[in-house]
Amino acid sequence: MAEAGKIDPMHQFAIEPLFGTEHWAIGGYNIAFTNSALWMVITAVALWAFMLLGMKRELVPGRWQAAAETMTGFIDNLLLANVGPEGKRYVPYVFSLFMFILFANLLGLLPLGLIGSHAFTFTSHFTATGVLAILSFSIVLIVGFARHGLHFFSLFVPHGTPVWLLWLIPFIELVSFLVRPFSLGLRLFVAMMAGHILLEVLSSFVINSGNAGAGWGLMIGVPSFILMIGISALELLVAVIQAYVFALLTSLYINDAVNLH
Amino acid sequence: MPQIAQLAEVWSSQIFWMLVTFGFVFFVVGRGMVPKIQSTVEARDSKIAGDLEAAKAAFARGDEIEADYRARENESRAAAQALVAEAKAKAAKDAEKKIAAADAKIADKIAAAEAEIRAASASAMAEIEAVAAEAAQDMVVKISGVQPTAAAAKKAVKAALAHG
Repeated sequence: MAEAGKIDPMHQFAIEPLFGTEHWAIGGYNIAFTNSALWMVITAVALWAFMLLGMKRELVPGRWQAAAETMTGFIDNLLLANVGPEGKRYVPYVFSLFMFILFANLLGLLPLGLIGSHAFTFTSHFTATGVLAILSFSIVLIVGFARHGLHFFSLFVPHGTPVWLLWLIPFIELVSFLVRPFSLGLRLFVAMMAGHILLEVLSSFVINSGNAGAGWGLMIGVPSFILMIGISALELLVAVIQAYVFALLTSLYINDAVNLH
Repeated sequence: MPQIAQLAEVWSSQIFWMLVTFGFVFFVVGRGMVPKIQSTVEARDSKIAGDLEAAKAAFARGDEIEADYRARENESRAAAQALVAEAKAKAAKDAEKKIAAADAKIADKIAAAEAEIRAASASAMAEIEAVAAEAAQDMVVKISGVQPTAAAAKKAVKAALAHG
């Protein structure tokens, strides 16, 4: 990879089958266990372990317990603020969503290249984020129609709509409603991918300029490396913010479904 | 861009494993563990609220007891002061009475003593008269040889004593 000009910043997103490529299939669809699937499993297990360590259920919490309780309390407050008392029913789903995305984003940033391995960020694939987005959107639809029936369509006519705009507003509202799953899934995938590409491009600057000579290395490589350190910190922030945005928007959409406008 | 280039071959695997892992997270972590953690937090919150309530109640009761104690203390202090004043007054009266009684006794004794002294001095005077009269009789006999009567001697002695 260190050959000049041969570093492909997109290579990190390539999915490589680990096993089960030929035989694993359901209804003719291949379900090979890939590096992406491996990191999904790692994320799920890490989250499970995090919660298990926080489940001592002591009156005076230890560090792990305090951490786990802080996270559940955070999601609890998020739903209480955005949906109200009825939001408590959706805490398990939004908590799973937030923590799964958060752990995936953070684990994907692990500098495993140092020990010759590679972290894979499956949230940089819209095939993965799309599943979560469609799940959230389906929950909104199911809850909305189950609670309000056809009255749910009044969502498309906000309060205070002037009568002479009744032909246009519902159409705009409908489009903005239908765009939700795409914006949910694409936002996360694009944010994660952009940050990882940026880091990869900067690291290729460091490597290529270093290979070109000490002068180039000092002139281009060192500033790029310093920039990478800053971008890495920024990426940690983005990892948290994107998980939060996903959870926040889901809770806002659930609020629409539960309380209409 | 592998996300699109590989789409045809990997989408089914991606969706399948995503559903499996997120399903595990939702059912085991979200449905299984989160409610337990929430109930732990709620139990702690309610225990803290209960403890605070109990502490407040105990505090109020403490205030009440203190006020009660203060009131009783004031009451008993007033009672004690009244008792002391009464005892003082009684003691003063008793002392006065005793002093008066003692005064009376002393006055009696003084009067008796004075009477005795007067009687004693009167009898001594009488004796002195008798002795002086006898002596005067003897002196008259020796000097003149005339035996004067006792009455005359007595009269003379009395007159002499009266003139000093």
